[in-house]
Amino acid sequence: MTTATATSHNELSKALGYIGVWIKKIPPVYFFLILVFLAGGILDQVLADGQIFKNPLIMQNIVVRSVALGIVAVGQSLVIIGASIDLSVAYTISITAVMSSYIMQGDPAKVPTAIIAVFIIGAAIGIVNGVAITKLKVNPFIATLGTSLIIKGIINATFSNYTGSVPKSFEYFGYGTIGPIPVSIIILFLTVTVGWVLLARTKFGAHLYGVGGNAEVARLSGVRTDRVLIGAHIICSMTAVLAGLFLVSQMRSGAPWVGPNGVYDLNSIATTVIGGTALSGGKGGVWSTLGGVLIFGVLETLFNQLGVNPYLKTVFQGAIIVMAVASYTIRSKKEAA
Amino acid sequence: MVNVAEETIINTAEAIQPTVEVQHISKRFPGVVALDDVSLQFYPGEIHAVVGENGAGKSTLMKIMSGAYTPDAGTIYLGGEKVSFSHPREAQLKGVSIIYQEFNLLPERTVAHNIFLGREPSNLGALDTRRMNKQAIVVLKELGVEKMISPTAQVSSLSVAEQQLVEIAKAISFKAKVLIMDEPTAALTYTEVNLLNDLVGRLKQRGMSVIFISHRLKEVFDIADKITVMKDGKLIKTVNKKDVAPAEVVFWMVGRTLDHYFPPLGTPEDFGEVVLKVKDASNQILKGISFELRKGEVLGVAGLQGSGRTELAQALFGVVPFKSGTMELHGKAIAIKSPSRAIRHKIGFVTEDRKSEGIASRQPIRDNMLLTVRAVRFLFGLILKDGTPSSRRLVPMLGKQVDIRTDSFDREVQYLSGGNQQKVVLAKWLASDADVFIFDEPTRGIDVESKASIHDMIRDLTKKGIAVLMISSELPEIIGMSDRILVMADRQLAGELPAQSREQEIMLMATGHSKDDAAESPAAAGVN
Repeated sequence: MTTATATSHNELSKALGYIGVWIKKIPPVYFFLILVFLAGGILDQVLADGQIFKNPLIMQNIVVRSVALGIVAVGQSLVIIGASIDLSVAYTISITAVMSSYIMQGDPAKVPTAIIAVFIIGAAIGIVNGVAITKLKVNPFIATLGTSLIIKGIINATFSNYTGSVPKSFEYFGYGTIGPIPVSIIILFLTVTVGWVLLARTKFGAHLYGVGGNAEVARLSGVRTDRVLIGAHIICSMTAVLAGLFLVSQMRSGAPWVGPNGVYDLNSIATTVIGGTALSGGKGGVWSTLGGVLIFGVLETLFNQLGVNPYLKTVFQGAIIVMAVASYTIRSKKEAA
Repeated sequence: MVNVAEETIINTAEAIQPTVEVQHISKRFPGVVALDDVSLQFYPGEIHAVVGENGAGKSTLMKIMSGAYTPDAGTIYLGGEKVSFSHPREAQLKGVSIIYQEFNLLPERTVAHNIFLGREPSNLGALDTRRMNKQAIVVLKELGVEKMISPTAQVSSLSVAEQQLVEIAKAISFKAKVLIMDEPTAALTYTEVNLLNDLVGRLKQRGMSVIFISHRLKEVFDIADKITVMKDGKLIKTVNKKDVAPAEVVFWMVGRTLDHYFPPLGTPEDFGEVVLKVKDASNQILKGISFELRKGEVLGVAGLQGSGRTELAQALFGVVPFKSGTMELHGKAIAIKSPSRAIRHKIGFVTEDRKSEGIASRQPIRDNMLLTVRAVRFLFGLILKDGTPSSRRLVPMLGKQVDIRTDSFDREVQYLSGGNQQKVVLAKWLASDADVFIFDEPTRGIDVESKASIHDMIRDLTKKGIAVLMISSELPEIIGMSDRILVMADRQLAGELPAQSREQEIMLMATGHSKDDAAESPAAAGVN
């Protein structure tokens, strides 16, 4: 009898132990997400009698609003883990939107050509960024700011307004559903999963953490550091292209301001950092970045529906960035001590 | 002398081929001959310690053997075969691994990821984590530490000693035949050192050549089979441990005359009352520090790397403050919790690392000189107290005082020589009216001429009634400048020695031997 209770007690504590291990594995950003969500619920009760959170599709809305940012943030996380950064994603999104829509001109037959063309452009931007940083040794901030300005200039010189249009079939990307689930959400989760596989399950990922953690150590261990970082930049630009395609399918026609208006450059960096990826590199992951993106999604949805002054939203975003990063720093200091 | 030494070595297995052999290796750096015609053999199953003072050329030799430097002349033989390494990676693949004092690990990654970085087991780019962890366990088992260290543990969660084991595991995983360790015990506690020694013993039994560089003679005598002494880039002697006494080794390490002019030491009239009194002070690094500093004296602080010298200066200046114990300044109890507090108490700190802590290299001389004054005196230059010379007059005055050679005080400090930069740092503290000066390695990396003028300046400060605490790793400097000498070992004060003590006495105290050993040892007594 006593032994039986002892075993069941053991099993219970074992099970609790497993749960504990699991909880530890969840990136801390998701606790922030829950907090923000709860705070949003309270705000909703006070200001709108709970109208917003009563909507059964609230969760789905939040995620749909996060799709474009989420896709870019995956790429941004990769380069930041490699101790680099990419400020050119916003204009990469813009050039994708206008170029794809311009090539398609509403013709379904031209969709594949357009997609291939914009991915080639994206790859080229990634290579330019990566080579400038690794071979020409330009500080990543400056290098990508430079490419960003170059792309901006090219777009503004060529297009001034909505350009071309996408065929009806292409809108499936932005508005279609598979069963009850929007296609866009599936694409977001696929992107995050691919990012995770790259980081956690490939040599490339292991080397990228090495390059970001200590490039010299990685180099002395035989890692081809330049190649790894150029690869990360190519992937990052590709995610921006994917986000651009998603946005143009929603807007039905490409506009040159779609990237900068969405602040995809700074927001993708912010959400990566909120997720817990250190700007100094070598540490972090894409699932935690998704947490940061969803926090921004909650704020976006909430403030949009409440109809409050949208600038108030950025106040909250700023506060959350600072609080999140401060909490990580304090935590890691405690661990060190 | 070298020939005699070589003949006296009786190798137990002379027929055995050395694992590594270097012949007539020379290496110059601008202005210094780091290695001068060094030839040395390392045999399998042997623990070979290389000892010498700072700048003796030990590290340079190891870096050449491990491919980080290429020699100007000479050859390296690996298992009898002539080799030349253009990259550390090449040496590693051929079986020569080196572990540096600062770790080369990725703290945020797991043990297995660190061991196999750049060589991860994979299929078509897909990481085989399971195989990698299994292989890591195999390597850790070889070291007998598989129960202590899990391959999936994050490196930052390990202790310093455990991280060192990971470094060794990484080296072993390259099938190393030669393992070079640069000051492996510098950061370890006593029990950790024992653990490391055990491990090194086991590697030796497996026929590996273990080479280690150390300052700590006690440990050298605990584990080494052979000892090579280097000095000023030359090989002095290689001996079997059992044939020598520590004092003899110390003599070979330091046996030289002082070849540098120092100003005369202070006289009893110069010394005034106790300015700074520290009692039983400890922090996370230092333990039970007690000493007194008098007006007008230079109190030298000697000790090996890692003995806590720099940490003492940082504690006194509030960078890493003392947490317990008492500090009195001019008879009043004070607590220095931050550098700005220290500056207000008129303590100046000339740091060891001039580039990162001492100067703002892109700022002109003028601004550098006024940095501390501006920090403590609000709006200096706009609002001036009576009697304070304006910055326009202060800067040339300071420049004259420290004898700086420059055409303009608007020149950026980065364009000055090391000696002149150090003078700028000095001027900065003179400007702040400090009456206690802490110098940490005041003449490191400075040409001989400037060295002498900085020594003169330090002595001049004491003539003005300033109390000086001078930390240095150069024993001639300690002996030439100090009115009293504190010796640190293991993050505590090991003892105090009078002015003009001999290098041997200081070294013995600093390496953990008592003062009595020095007195008894015939070799040490026979010097000078």
